[in-house]
Amino acid sequence: MSHYQPDPTKSVTLTIDGISVTVPEGTSILEAAKQIGINIPILCHHPDLRVRANCRICIVTAKGQRKFKTACSTEVWSGAEILTNSTAIRDARKTVLELILAEHPQECLQCIRNGSCELQKLAKDFGIQEIPFTPSPLVGELPIDDAHPAIVRNPNKCVKCGRCVEVCQEIQTVRAINTAHRSQHYEISTAFEKNLAETPCVSCGQCVAVCPVGALYEHDDTAKVWAALDNHDLHVVVQTAPAVRVALGEEFGMDSGNIFTGKMVAGLRRLGFAKVFDTDFSADVTIMEEGHELLERINNNGPLPLITSCCPGWVNFAEKLYPELLPHVSSCKSPQQMFGALAKTYYAQTSGISPEKIFVVSIMPCTAKKYECARPEMNDSGYQDVDVVLTTRELAKMLKQANINFNSLPEESFDEPLGISTGAAVIFGTSGGVMEAALRTVYEVVTEKPLGKLDFDNVRGLTGIKEATVDLDGTTVKVAIANGLGNARILLEKIKSGQADYQFVEIMACPGGCIGGGGQPHGTTTVTKQGRMSAMYQADKNSALRQSHKNPAIISLYKDFLAQPLGHKSHKLLHTQYKTIK
Amino acid sequence: MHKELTNEQVLKIIKANGNSKERLLSILLEIQKASGHNSVDEAWAKIVAQELHLPLTKVYNVLTFYAMFSTKHRGKYVIEICKSTPCKVTKSDEIVQMFEEELGINISETTPDNLFTLMHTGCVGACDIGPVAKIGERIYGNLTKEKISNIVSLYRKGDTNGINQAANF
Amino acid sequence: MALTKQLISKNCGKIKPESIDGYIQSGGYEGLKKALTMQPKEIIAEVKAAKLLGRGGAAYPVGAKWEHLLEIPHSPKFIVCNADEGEPGTFKDKILLSQDPLRVIEGMTIAAHVFGSHDAYIYIRGEYLAIQKVFQQAIDNAIAEGYLGNRILGTDFTFNIHITSGAGAYVCGENSALLNSIEGKPGYPRIKPPHLAEVGLFSMPTLVNNVESFATIPTIVLDGGNQYANYGTADSGGTKLICLSGLVVNQGVYEIPFGITLRDIIYNPEIGGGIANGKKLKFFHLGGQSGPCGIPEQLDTPYCYAALRSAGLSVGSGAVVILDESVCVVDYLKGVTEFFIHESCGKCTPCREGNQKVYAILCKLSDGTATTQDFKLLKRLITTMTAASFCGLGQSATIALATCLKHFSAEIEDHLHKKCPAGVCFQEQERAAI
Repeated sequence: MSHYQPDPTKSVTLTIDGISVTVPEGTSILEAAKQIGINIPILCHHPDLRVRANCRICIVTAKGQRKFKTACSTEVWSGAEILTNSTAIRDARKTVLELILAEHPQECLQCIRNGSCELQKLAKDFGIQEIPFTPSPLVGELPIDDAHPAIVRNPNKCVKCGRCVEVCQEIQTVRAINTAHRSQHYEISTAFEKNLAETPCVSCGQCVAVCPVGALYEHDDTAKVWAALDNHDLHVVVQTAPAVRVALGEEFGMDSGNIFTGKMVAGLRRLGFAKVFDTDFSADVTIMEEGHELLERINNNGPLPLITSCCPGWVNFAEKLYPELLPHVSSCKSPQQMFGALAKTYYAQTSGISPEKIFVVSIMPCTAKKYECARPEMNDSGYQDVDVVLTTRELAKMLKQANINFNSLPEESFDEPLGISTGAAVIFGTSGGVMEAALRTVYEVVTEKPLGKLDFDNVRGLTGIKEATVDLDGTTVKVAIANGLGNARILLEKIKSGQADYQFVEIMACPGGCIGGGGQPHGTTTVTKQGRMSAMYQADKNSALRQSHKNPAIISLYKDFLAQPLGHKSHKLLHTQYKTIK
Repeated sequence: MHKELTNEQVLKIIKANGNSKERLLSILLEIQKASGHNSVDEAWAKIVAQELHLPLTKVYNVLTFYAMFSTKHRGKYVIEICKSTPCKVTKSDEIVQMFEEELGINISETTPDNLFTLMHTGCVGACDIGPVAKIGERIYGNLTKEKISNIVSLYRKGDTNGINQAANF
Repeated sequence: MALTKQLISKNCGKIKPESIDGYIQSGGYEGLKKALTMQPKEIIAEVKAAKLLGRGGAAYPVGAKWEHLLEIPHSPKFIVCNADEGEPGTFKDKILLSQDPLRVIEGMTIAAHVFGSHDAYIYIRGEYLAIQKVFQQAIDNAIAEGYLGNRILGTDFTFNIHITSGAGAYVCGENSALLNSIEGKPGYPRIKPPHLAEVGLFSMPTLVNNVESFATIPTIVLDGGNQYANYGTADSGGTKLICLSGLVVNQGVYEIPFGITLRDIIYNPEIGGGIANGKKLKFFHLGGQSGPCGIPEQLDTPYCYAALRSAGLSVGSGAVVILDESVCVVDYLKGVTEFFIHESCGKCTPCREGNQKVYAILCKLSDGTATTQDFKLLKRLITTMTAASFCGLGQSATIALATCLKHFSAEIEDHLHKKCPAGVCFQEQERAAI
């Protein structure tokens, strides 16, 4: 590996626009400028991705040097005199921007990213009123790829920043898309220009999350939900994933770090859902099932480690790229699918509503859930268990269309019984959360003693791979947690080669877990994720009940309906099988 | 017609290059040369990706980045006319026309018998004998209508000696 | 002053290229033998004294580059020879590679001795497939005779050269793109810093020099840097291979001492021999497509780095393309820009989009639809592409255009009024009018 490493313990002093600033060695001009209130414009740059310096919008000058430097890619040096604003810099930036805009369809008003588009914002900031360059004949003529169940690619809107490639190749290591061709034909492409659906794509949607423009987006399914809500023959219920409530407010201008459960519930009720339920309920069910599956495997020499299966992006990854490890993957359906199956059986039965009339909508931070709900085997209730999945972003759109002032909504509570949950379920939305929730229950099931401290601090945080050893009153359990599929790959290779002897492994496809999901509000960065995560742990801390097996609604579910974890009904409704996908 | 390259032959080429990622360009060039249709099929690219432990998207990136590769079938002989300025001013445009007439196709097309594909190319480093055409490894310079007729007929006949003798190097 | 000087081209066409015997008989490998008795710093001192500037086109001082790499403590260090000669109008490395490959090999071997390197890569452009075979034969022969491979000349020094073939990408002449290509990747240029001396091939410290630069090393070591430098001018040491093409009588490669004039190069019977077909010189294009264009008024400029630079010209790769009065500047620039459109890697905005927009405006000029507004746009594009492009390709793509705008503003402006003094543009329109 490279020996060239900056030493962040050393500091460097320089001036930017005449203002002196001292930063650690290795800091970029972009970051150094930010510290003194100078926001250099960016387009291809994303703080969580490797620097590419392709777009050339962030150019600055350094005294004594003839050529521009890109602020994103240039590290500060001692004594540098950087200028970020001059006529020459503004003119060149504007020319670069006009060159991009000349090749970009001028249809902002009809674009899914209208209002959240980074290119649109740049055009506004630069006061672009006309584009002097003639567009090439290709603009607007490239075919849109909408064959994928979750993600749409519109290459016409692509600005070739390469963020999606960076995230797909380097962060997720799915490697479904890459740069291809060169010069005017340079593009982001799948291998041999196939539809995305025919690639290793796992639907994680991280490409959508980082796309600055409308070149990558999820299928908009809001119309299906509006239609269901308008259909008075249907009983439309909704479930909301834990990570939605900590991010939804951002779509309405609020900072990350707050939790919006009550407003979200109120908003959903105003949209017309008959019942506002909670995926957290079925997250508690998942813990009951998966916890017992773990114990059964430990006791009966089943394939270990047991790997969680809550995350459909990860399940897709396993089916496509690690089929040999499928026996390790928990047979538990994801909480979303458990909810769907229970809604159309247990809830149908207890409410006396015919399952064919029940329409289940999921609000998810996730694009892979759109794919998951449409899997043909996900119909154990006798119907498609979950009818439509919307992302956090799509829910925000519906609330806006319904004229709902989100910020002034009252706080309301979920409906019973599928809205009752514990703190253990809330933390499912962040990396390490499923593990912690499982341990809280498994400990008490195994030891039959109350767990003293409920917080498992060493499984928390945004670190890509976390390992811990947990003492279950004499029995030690080795666990590992990976978030982001690139990290998962590292962990899986260790498992495959026998270098690791974990009993239980949690994998979440998206960096940070569902808080960083592909369906979350645009503009998500590590900083935003940290805010969402701390809000989540705060909600857990404030919960009266923090262990899944203590959830009274879960106790009733087993007493009245499922009988026991891993029982006959559970197997029929809550568990699934995987298949190799080539 | 050419015989399709077999998977075994593709594997042999990869092995001869030490199954080495850094030999990717050479491997693809050799496959293309052996293909009989001057291009690399998706199926072969998949074998290369698998054997070198490379994602297919990376192999495709290389195949589409370098001008010498094609993923679409071309003629047995690809005739490349240099259009860089030293050749342009020595009238490479006229040479293209002459080839078009000789072959009965337009630039960027392949003859119906799949023998020739006519293409433009960037500089081939033979500017002192412009206008030039490159056919495979051979360069033909100071082209005239007569020379072109002769070269095309030598290739049609498969006259290897003549092909070599007519070449500048 | 002699107009030509056969220093590094003396064997070309005179010996069997891949034959060790032939090379030895003409004085080959004496430089390596001497180098093996010298300390790395002594050798670098000679290279510095030689005032050898990189012959690929960027003209970076070779001695300084070597000195910097020597200071880097990490190993292994790789030696890379850039033989991706892709500048249109340039074919001098081809002559060395095909007619005296052992000189290049010897130069690389001396460099390996300086840096304690065991492996070198020579990246030869894909269009030179036939030459790759000659070069490989030369390598094999050198190994068989103990000049390469294990225990070179009976010493502990072990060194191998690997050939990598390009596959058609001009941008790979850019050193960082070239390293990516050797690694089997697309030839996108890398972000710098870090410099290649620090993080180069396979992330290791790396020396990249051009074929001609390596070929001069044996001479410099053998004759001494001062003597080599004396063949040239105060700033530009030694000799240069230049490539004459276009509308000149004697096309070909010539080795000239720095300091003779452009007039000598183009008109002297020993070199260019004047303009072909008795026509008049209109302009000349130096250093490849990425170089500047000059006009007859500049013919008395000495051909050396400093004098050309102050005249707004440059040595670049050594290409000298001669254009006569039949050539229309606008039409010519269209050709130049088409080349850059073909060769841009596409990753940065100014180069990918800018070249296309430049071309579109040139087309408007040649079909008579351009306006004065387009002139302003051209100037903005030149400024932005030059200063804001990712790598040298985009930064230099408009140099020819910028120099032509300066020298031929009247002719270009004529095109606004559908006039083409060379009679190249508007032909079809005129025919249509009749």
